[in-house]
Amino acid sequence: MRNIWTIAKREYDHYFITPIAYIVAFAILLTIGVIFAINIFYFIQNSFQNPGSIPDISPVTGSFVFLLVLSTPALTMRLLSEEARMGTLELLLTAPIRDFELIAGKWLGGMLYILTIVAVSAVYPIILNNFIDPGIDWRLVGAAYLGLILIAGSFLALGTGISALFTNQIAAFFATLITFVFLWWLVGFPAQVLQGSGANIFQYLSMQTHYYDNMVRGDLFLSDIIYFLSLISLGLFTGTVAVEMRRWR
Amino acid sequence: MIQVEGLIKDYGARRALHSITFDAKQGEIVGFLGPNGAGKTTTMRILTGYMPPTDGTATVAGYDVVEESLEVRKRVGYLPETVPLYTDMTALEYLKFMADLRRIPESEERAYDVLEQVNLADRANSFIGNFSKGMRQRVGLAQALIHRPEVLILDEPTIGLDPAQVVEMRNVIKEIGKDRTVLLSTHILSEAQNMCDRVLIINKGSIVAEDTPENLQSRLVGSQRVVLRVRGDADGLGETIKKVKGARTVEAKPDETVEFEFSSGQDVRPQVAKAVIQAGYELIEMRPIGMSLEEIFLELTRDNASAEKKAS
Repeated sequence: MRNIWTIAKREYDHYFITPIAYIVAFAILLTIGVIFAINIFYFIQNSFQNPGSIPDISPVTGSFVFLLVLSTPALTMRLLSEEARMGTLELLLTAPIRDFELIAGKWLGGMLYILTIVAVSAVYPIILNNFIDPGIDWRLVGAAYLGLILIAGSFLALGTGISALFTNQIAAFFATLITFVFLWWLVGFPAQVLQGSGANIFQYLSMQTHYYDNMVRGDLFLSDIIYFLSLISLGLFTGTVAVEMRRWR
Repeated sequence: MIQVEGLIKDYGARRALHSITFDAKQGEIVGFLGPNGAGKTTTMRILTGYMPPTDGTATVAGYDVVEESLEVRKRVGYLPETVPLYTDMTALEYLKFMADLRRIPESEERAYDVLEQVNLADRANSFIGNFSKGMRQRVGLAQALIHRPEVLILDEPTIGLDPAQVVEMRNVIKEIGKDRTVLLSTHILSEAQNMCDRVLIINKGSIVAEDTPENLQSRLVGSQRVVLRVRGDADGLGETIKKVKGARTVEAKPDETVEFEFSSGQDVRPQVAKAVIQAGYELIEMRPIGMSLEEIFLELTRDNASAEKKAS
């Protein structure tokens, strides 16, 4: 555990000296800020016509998740491929740490970085809570944020795993992006065409189902949580195997 | 301290190591000498737990490199050929990170200590990205030393350094090697001669010779070479020496000296000196020159190549 933490800490610090991390943080926070403002503005304009409607936080978390699909590959592409290119992987692979600890540490570092952005974005529900009476539904916020964190964790784990397969960062970037596009959009299409259990399988595999159908609405199901935890395990497992494969080559 | 037996490594269809066997005792500096691509780095990578061998066994400090890889890695300090550094970190941050990975208590203090050991304490807070090649090499060495390893494995530790840095690096390694087992690889022969207690010559994945630098020389040298210098004009000096029985291959050098050779068992130096003086020259120097490791090395690898040719 301590080894994972040591790797994670260095990775977390590293994010704050890379321009890409600032660009990603800036893009996410700016976009969700603008969406939040538009949402409030729209609500004020319409509140006279629909006095019963209450604004919620889902536009913020929903767009945050969408931005993660596009930006996480840029955050994870260098995690292991850069170490391989610079030769520092040799340093880590000859240090007394397990391959899994290396991968988990890399993942945790990315996770802490995303959590930092998530923490900053928490100002929006707090603002919203002060803005409306009798306050917002925190259960809804909690479920949406838990979903957001689980999705970020899944993306980061898959990205870390894929990065371990490549020495070239650009290759890692596109492979990760394709995987995300597949899990986010493509895998859902057969569900619309097929019927019966076939449709159910594809529906279960699609990330959107778990997030937009349940979590954003404040519903927490064990099957959703298991889905994301499985993706995290798959990503970390791929990464560990990829590192081991490098040793045997 | 290091025990290697029948080590084989295949990269796909290509065999990089052909059953290598050697050992290194505690406090010994062993030089791994060979041309590029001979298998030095491969052997070192197996010994540091970076990759497993295809066959054969290797133990470091009593632990098997495959079965007890983590135990081996705890006891080995490794400086790979491309020095693995995070250029975005300061020297101190980098070493503290390495110390934390190796779970050294008071990691920052230890990081300072090793920086002092490699004479970089004054640059502790400078970014590694701004360091010269020599300084980077020293940070790499500091990293290998941080956990006070029993065994130090250095892959081409002086490559790419300027002559002053090479001397400095050699001194640091010699100092460290006093109480540790050091295995270093080089393709610079004078370096092996200068630093190592024992030299393993490796070529095309096999060890072709193993001995102390001195023994390697005397074992291979069937004849002895002597340089002779006279004051003033050296015209005709070669002819004079040639007349002495037993003196061979007389060669006049452009710097007014003459080199000659004689069989080891038949020292003709007194006769040559007598002949030179009788011929009226003022003899000022007569110095034996050993065959350099360079020549021995070429000899050995050539033998190997011709043996292979015969076999095929």
